[in-house]
Amino acid sequence: MNALAADLHDDAEFTVAAQDNSWLLTLSGSWTTAAIGAIDGRLRDLKLPSSGTATINMAAITKLDTAGAWLIHRTELALAANKVELQFQSALPAHASLLETVRANDEDCPDPPEPVNAFVAMVERVGRATSQAADEGRDLVNFLGHAVIVLVHSIVRPGRVRMTSLVHHIEQAGLNAVPIVGLISFLIGIVLAFQGAEQLAKFGAEIFTVNIVAQGVLREMGVLLTAIMLAGRSGSAFTAQIGTMNVREEVDAMRTIGLDPMQILVLPRLWALVISLPLLTFFANVMGLLGGAIMATVVLDLTFFQFARQLSGAVTLWTFWIGLIKAPVFGFIIGLVGCYEGMRVTGSAESVGRMTTRAVVESIFLVIVLDALFSILFAVLGV
Amino acid sequence: MSIAPASAAGPVIRIQGLCTQFGQTVIHDGLDLEVESGEIMGIVGGSGTGKSVLMRTIIGLNNAAAGQIELFGQDVTRCSDGDRRAVQRRVGVLFQDGALFSSMTVAQNIMVPLSEHTDLSSDLGQEIAEVKINLVGLPTDAANKYPSELSGGMRKRAGLARALALDPEILFLDEPTAGLDPIGAARFDRLIGDLRDALGLTVVMVTHDLDSLHAICDRIAVLLDKRIRVGTMHSLMADDHPWLHDYFHGPRARAAITTNMEPDRT
Repeated sequence: MNALAADLHDDAEFTVAAQDNSWLLTLSGSWTTAAIGAIDGRLRDLKLPSSGTATINMAAITKLDTAGAWLIHRTELALAANKVELQFQSALPAHASLLETVRANDEDCPDPPEPVNAFVAMVERVGRATSQAADEGRDLVNFLGHAVIVLVHSIVRPGRVRMTSLVHHIEQAGLNAVPIVGLISFLIGIVLAFQGAEQLAKFGAEIFTVNIVAQGVLREMGVLLTAIMLAGRSGSAFTAQIGTMNVREEVDAMRTIGLDPMQILVLPRLWALVISLPLLTFFANVMGLLGGAIMATVVLDLTFFQFARQLSGAVTLWTFWIGLIKAPVFGFIIGLVGCYEGMRVTGSAESVGRMTTRAVVESIFLVIVLDALFSILFAVLGV
Repeated sequence: MSIAPASAAGPVIRIQGLCTQFGQTVIHDGLDLEVESGEIMGIVGGSGTGKSVLMRTIIGLNNAAAGQIELFGQDVTRCSDGDRRAVQRRVGVLFQDGALFSSMTVAQNIMVPLSEHTDLSSDLGQEIAEVKINLVGLPTDAANKYPSELSGGMRKRAGLARALALDPEILFLDEPTAGLDPIGAARFDRLIGDLRDALGLTVVMVTHDLDSLHAICDRIAVLLDKRIRVGTMHSLMADDHPWLHDYFHGPRARAAITTNMEPDRT
């Protein structure tokens, strides 16, 4: 009766019949991964006999897989722990052999390790990160030294720079960045002019908006925005390119052929950024001033001519040079960090992504630190 | 080892007139293939003949340009998404390097399909994962390790355990023995054969390994000229197609045959 019912709807089911010293568990239906979820808890909590004999009848099982067989075997183990003698009844040969397979593979796996105390884990993480940061700083300085040597060599003997590669990277990092760098600087020029005009209007000194735009764009904004843009665009690309080559062992292959990866991979990229960043900065300055000028004509009712006259009074040539001098240094740092992180990629594709993120964060950080140092330097020099 | 039982229910995989192409490159052109229930079918072919593409197309990772692919009598190229998912639950796939999720331990990897497709309690999920780990011959302490801490052979076994999580009826293996040392490869072959016998699996494996073909494959499907030629090892060896001749009579093949030839094999 039960078996028939179980056949109709394909659920796993079991019934228990206990008499004096004998205990009978009758299983029916489809004991498969999809179906056993419903009975797992009930079977687990089932009150098992503590003495006598037990029988498991498998005749009415329509389908059995390893998960179902495990459930049966688990019950078998619990009965064995109670020292109850157990026998199986009328199992199909296929079901019996599957049960045998699971029985042979029931070794317990060790529990997952206990998570350590959250505070201890945090302290541990901080410590690890600190020592890692120190190691990394040392390695980066090491890499810097190596790069400077190669760079100086390449100045002494320019023939050793791979021209094709250099031109390619200048196109990628420099030329292709022109639209986005131009657009951003233009917008920043607009923002500076607008904000400046609004604040200075309170003192009736709107005309000095031009000074704010000129000083802001030429000294800081132009070069800083361009550098950050290039860190995101090109520094990360360098890490990803060199990192992928590292993963595919291309860099190792280069070394075995007697090519210096520093020479082939790093040098052209460094030069490309050192050359591109000042050029892009110049373009960014022009676009920033243009944005400021357009906004000034709209908000302040200045003509372009008046803007230009105020501009020439507001800045000296040094204002322009201060921005531009920083550019090749920033370019060098971005290229250096990008290549360094790329060379540090090991093994998996996952580390390419991790190092790329790190390269962007580090190079932007270093660029801003350097910018601060430059500010102090120029203040001391009085320019 | 048992020879595939003559199936009363018809083939579990039936492919008719399959065409696949990437852009202008035609990979398969009018390919037919039938895989019987309970057999181990090896797919071989030269590099670039589309063995892996064929497997990916059957699983549903590639779209076929034309033709029919029936799994369990269900045409997966035309059926609804729901039906396709139901079919996919009955299919397990082992990718070349295991394709384990790297952020999870082995046990967690095996529990992913369980928690996605069933309503089992996490305790039971853990227990079933442990059974599978034992079943594929992994040491028990591998359960809490991450894929990056495992060797290549262990990653494959862990991938196999995940493929077996839902007790599939068809198991697809992509070059299961590639990258294993000969001892590990032989063990893996034996494992596949044992699992087939114990769980009643149908196995389709893409392989280059002549030893595997000899040791466990009941029939072999050879990709030739954008189509498939199916046969047993012996019938294919007798075939006089030049590629087949080179493949089965090359120095490597001869070595595999002499070491694997069992007296009871017909």
